[in-house]
Amino acid sequence: MTNILEIKGVNKTFGGLHALRDVNLEIYEGETHAIIGPNGAGKSTLLNCCIGKLIPDDGSVTFNGNNMIGVDAHDINHAGMVRVFQTPEIFPELSLLENVLIPALAKRDGTFKFNPFGDIFNEKEIREEAMATLAEFGLEGFSEDHAGSMSRGNKRRLELAMGLIQKPKLLLLDEPTAGMARLDTNNTIDLLKTGKMREMTKVIIEHDMHVVFSLADRISVLARGHIIATGSPEEIKNDPKVKEAYLGEGDHE
Amino acid sequence: MKNLFKSNMSIMLVFSAIVLTAPIWLTPLGANYPDLLQKFAIFGLFAVGYNILFGLTGYLSFGHAAFLGVGSYTAVWSLKLLSMNVFLGIILGTIMSGIFALAIGYLSLRRSGIYFSILTLAFAQMAYSLAYSVLTPITNGETGLQIAANDPRYLDSLVGISQQGQGIPSTNFFGVLLKSWDGYFGFYFAAVILILGFYLSLRVFRSPFGLKLRAIKSNQTRMTYTGFNTRPYLLSAFVISGMYAGLAGSLMVAIDPLAGAERMQWTASGEVVLMTILGGVGTLIGPMLGAVVIKYFENIFSALNNSELHQVFNFLPSFLEETMVFIVSPFVGSGWHLTLGALFMLVVIFLPGGMMEGVTKINSFLKRKFGKTDAEESDVSIQQEVQAKAQQGGE
Repeated sequence: MTNILEIKGVNKTFGGLHALRDVNLEIYEGETHAIIGPNGAGKSTLLNCCIGKLIPDDGSVTFNGNNMIGVDAHDINHAGMVRVFQTPEIFPELSLLENVLIPALAKRDGTFKFNPFGDIFNEKEIREEAMATLAEFGLEGFSEDHAGSMSRGNKRRLELAMGLIQKPKLLLLDEPTAGMARLDTNNTIDLLKTGKMREMTKVIIEHDMHVVFSLADRISVLARGHIIATGSPEEIKNDPKVKEAYLGEGDHE
Repeated sequence: MKNLFKSNMSIMLVFSAIVLTAPIWLTPLGANYPDLLQKFAIFGLFAVGYNILFGLTGYLSFGHAAFLGVGSYTAVWSLKLLSMNVFLGIILGTIMSGIFALAIGYLSLRRSGIYFSILTLAFAQMAYSLAYSVLTPITNGETGLQIAANDPRYLDSLVGISQQGQGIPSTNFFGVLLKSWDGYFGFYFAAVILILGFYLSLRVFRSPFGLKLRAIKSNQTRMTYTGFNTRPYLLSAFVISGMYAGLAGSLMVAIDPLAGAERMQWTASGEVVLMTILGGVGTLIGPMLGAVVIKYFENIFSALNNSELHQVFNFLPSFLEETMVFIVSPFVGSGWHLTLGALFMLVVIFLPGGMMEGVTKINSFLKRKFGKTDAEESDVSIQQEVQAKAQQGGE
């Protein structure tokens, strides 16, 4: 197995709070890797250290053989590591189609391209691609509606579509089912399990054990900023340390 | 899609027709004289350009009058040193303000929101004070920069055009004096440039570049994580709108060859903000509309006096006439700002999307009421068409 993402000895403190201590993690190409842990365990901090939102105090983050620490967020995106946010980060004033066009344009135009004389309505190829992606997520009927007027579930689906259209090498999903009803959660699981989403290398941060055990090939457990176990779902289920730190606390939801 | 090219064309045709026939349809409003028409066109251009920054990216600049001023000064110097042909002055004025915008934008765009606004305001006020004091050799301070009969005009004398000894020469465009046709040439000159400028802004609105700018306005952080370096996008929009301001400034000079520092004052920057908000931020036509309304108030309402009011209300019985004049008189003449302020408040409170939102609302009301509009209401349907296009582009 080749490593696509390698996190070595990462520490991060906020004032007196030691959010991450000596985190080591390897993500294999093609796997779906879940990171679980109680609230405040440092899951989101770890993700933010990967995508350039936070800079770790020490340690290294290597993606596809390249150092990612201190690299601008937009360059990390172009390296192929794309994040889907916990609270939907969409463009509320734009239509759903435009929301998906933007990441597609990023993929095509790079970090900056001055093309004030193009016509967005004439970009056939990229529009078709965007419509197809919307259709994959069952959003094609809303393509002209404002993204801000969508339901929470549809916004999350749109987020996934925006991530997927960039064909990332690694997709980081921050609680893709947070705040969803059971039916929506199951729909999202199906989405992540089928089609192009299936083969994509994914890191999923998740609270919901149902989601984790239906999707993950491997699981890492984060507690108080430290990874206490990494392994297959079966191994994690039976790991006494994990039971004590996390599952034992009765959070089987 | 072919029909969109068509609709681009139809917007431009309708817009050009409205602009070029302005001297005719503005006659009943008493606004058909060249001096005011030119102001409509020039400030419309200023607002259309400003909208590319404020309307698309949401970055509120309070310093665009500085670029207007830079354009004006450059154009006057071009008239003094090079040629009385305004072509050169307009090109140089636009370029020079572009250079200024690049420098000021580069620094100001390190911050966003209110800090950006304050930075641009500070730069513009600095430019204004400099023009008044230290830079007097360039700007001629309080008096303002004017052309004189004995200016060198090297380019003109090179070609053999000499206006020495004939008093202060007039500006021309390849030989045609700007003040010819009773001053209407000046208006048509500005109008054609306005139409070109509007076309450019239409293209920007519909380009992938414009879409990215709107996305920056909507959620700039997300743009970063989507793989865009937002700074150069913002800077390009800033420079483009600065160049529009410079173009408007040099057009002012082309028509009336003098430049004063007050053109750069923060009130002038505030005025273009008002125009854009009044008309409709981020819509294609809105800022142009706002510019016309504000300049109309400034010139027509401010000129009304009590005896004219008596004339307006003289169909009423005399005591009612007196009462009406008493009520209305504070809002006209030197009190025209009151009317404008009241109008601005009404628009912002009830139509936060500006006057264009009002047009949309009337539009949908009419549609609900009458189904399809009759051919008789061709005025309305043209407006609707323009509005629909503006919406397509502006959304």
